[in-house]
Amino acid sequence: MPMKYLPQFCIILGFTLAGEVLQRIIPLPIPAAVYGLVLLFLALCLKLVKATQVKDAGSFLTSLLPLLFVSPTVGILDCWTLIQPRILTIALLLIASTCLVFGIGGLVTQALGKKEGDGNG
Amino acid sequence: MADFLQITVLPLALTLCAYQLGLLLQKKFRSPLLNPILISVAIVLGFLALTGMDTATYQSGMQAISWLLTPATICLAIPLYQQFSLLKKELPGILAGIAAGTVASLAFVAGWCLVFRYDRALLVSLLPKSVTSAIGVPLAQMGGGLSPITTTAIILTGILGSLLGPLFCKLFRIKTEIAQGVAYGTSAHVIGTAKAGEHSSLAGAVSSLSLVIAGLMTAVLFPLLLQIL
Repeated sequence: MPMKYLPQFCIILGFTLAGEVLQRIIPLPIPAAVYGLVLLFLALCLKLVKATQVKDAGSFLTSLLPLLFVSPTVGILDCWTLIQPRILTIALLLIASTCLVFGIGGLVTQALGKKEGDGNG
Repeated sequence: MADFLQITVLPLALTLCAYQLGLLLQKKFRSPLLNPILISVAIVLGFLALTGMDTATYQSGMQAISWLLTPATICLAIPLYQQFSLLKKELPGILAGIAAGTVASLAFVAGWCLVFRYDRALLVSLLPKSVTSAIGVPLAQMGGGLSPITTTAIILTGILGSLLGPLFCKLFRIKTEIAQGVAYGTSAHVIGTAKAGEHSSLAGAVSSLSLVIAGLMTAVLFPLLLQIL
């Protein structure tokens, strides 16, 4: 059972490598992960790669995502002087923008999907 | 003591244990405030303060796994693909909602930072706060932002979205499951998606699709916006 992870990981690393190469040759400030994500999505849509060929290693890797954010967040103390004088307005910004984006995103989709959405709301 | 702090695997072991503890606490108390990332960060910061290990030593130990960020983000394409085919009929409305939310987020944060005269580094760091860290952090770094500020803002945004989401749904009368999914995924990325999944599995699926598409849209709009600002 664990053996299936290795070939799956190999395919995922192939797309990672392709993303990194594209990021180096295309002169746009777009992260390698975005290129890799789009390539893998297209490969899945075009059936070049089957979902079953990447699914298990893929869900293991995505489950790691939160863990990978611990280390960068720990660096927050080094940025304290930049944040500290603005801490109150930053807190307000976080709350206000989350509220705004939540409302706009939800209401636009709801308005456009009303006919079919009413029944299961 | 200094000898022990040099053990290569120490930061990784510490972080993994702290994260497991965070997961355990979250499961037990079911509060979005007990976010496993925040708990881990608190434990690690406490450990660094007690032992005198510096941030650089800690972070270089974590490099053993930090390179997994790009492949892990790429794997978000798999659930995206699976939901894409399921939600084909609803796609135009979903995409319009995500686009509106993404543009609103970038415009509002940029406007706020300009009104309060934030330093450019702070503006760039806060701008991608609504998208998943794996896309937001590299974007901020490329624009000259500071990744700790971006990560922290992103995580706090996710927690706020999942805490206040049920309230926002009532306030704005967002009633359809699909619209709720778009709202959570676009505003509060992965952390919001977990909350959307509690509303209904359809809301969770839409939310996980929304967070990836919002990330992609932000990746395109972010460099353009930085050129104007």
